Amino acid sequence: MSPILTWSTYVIAFGALGVLALRDRVKAKQAVKIAVKSFFGILPILLAIIGLIGLLLGVVPPEVISRYLGQEAGWWATLTAFVLGSVLYISSLVSIPLAASLLRAGASVTTIAAFITGLMMVNTLTLPLEIKHLGKKMALSRNLLSLLFAFAIALVMGMVLR
Amino acid sequence: MNKKLSQPSDSLPNSTEGGMLKGESPKKTLKQWLADYRWVLIVAVADLLVWVFWPAQAVPVVRNTWDYLVEMIVILIPVAVLIGLFEVWVPKQLIGKYLGRESGWKGILLALLFGTAPTGPLYVAFPIAAMLLKKGASPLNVIVLLNTWAAMKIPQLLVEANFLGPSFMLMRLALTIPVSILTGWLIQKYIERTGGLIIDPAGPKNIS
Repeated sequence: MSPILTWSTYVIAFGALGVLALRDRVKAKQAVKIAVKSFFGILPILLAIIGLIGLLLGVVPPEVISRYLGQEAGWWATLTAFVLGSVLYISSLVSIPLAASLLRAGASVTTIAAFITGLMMVNTLTLPLEIKHLGKKMALSRNLLSLLFAFAIALVMGMVLR
Repeated sequence: MNKKLSQPSDSLPNSTEGGMLKGESPKKTLKQWLADYRWVLIVAVADLLVWVFWPAQAVPVVRNTWDYLVEMIVILIPVAVLIGLFEVWVPKQLIGKYLGRESGWKGILLALLFGTAPTGPLYVAFPIAAMLLKKGASPLNVIVLLNTWAAMKIPQLLVEANFLGPSFMLMRLALTIPVSILTGWLIQKYIERTGGLIIDPAGPKNIS
């Protein structure tokens, strides 16, 4: 974690909140209320994932993680991560720490990027809802193109970031 | 109208994206607490089992859990504040007001801008996208908005930069933006060639 980035996030968030509070008290209060609500809303699943990460990293040796998800694991690991990412529906606020823990333990950038891009760009679970609102033509073509591009992005990221 | 839009018409069970829990009652019973935290309890039981049967591993488990807990809470606080700010600062009907009329690069830029600001889960964006299409927004703009909403929201990018590193986040962003525009453009061409778009399956209306 980069401390500069974290603290600048604090400065921006609380600075903006301060500006809003000066201009509009009611709206600022509303923003704080939503902030508290979303913080505690995500907390149960977040704590569970953090617990799972702790358990995983504590029990599974890094060599095993890197053997199954690292460079030497090859294409199957990347493909599996991508398929899992595409099918699962996990909030990115929760999935990113999980991905980071695996990356730090020795998983390859390509595999982690494939999981992240699949998760964010291919929305299989919400597809029926998307079809209902936008029609088959648009929803299917968007997810199909995203599927191809998400995998391509992961491959490029894996090649550039090592 | 706005109230309706901010609510997903079909709610997904256990959807926690963006951490938005809408329409929950302020007072929760013990049963609801247990239901909310059931996965945490399961992990806690697993931790206990490790402690009992494999005490050597208990220390690294606790240390790793604690490290990630601190790291996550530290970044989640300002991110939650940003989520709150975006919710009150960028009302969802505003998106429709500006995007419906614009076209060309200006429309794409606005779609990108509006896509990064909202914080609700993606399924909140579908009714908004449908409304935009009905109002005459181009499929290109609507697709760019959806893709940005799905993959490039600011709170999410901040968490990504913190955990996976700024270079990972920036690299993904630099690749995803042009790809989103390309996707939108391709779909727009496809829709034009296959004769418009049918939106509402209940009562088919041709738009675009």
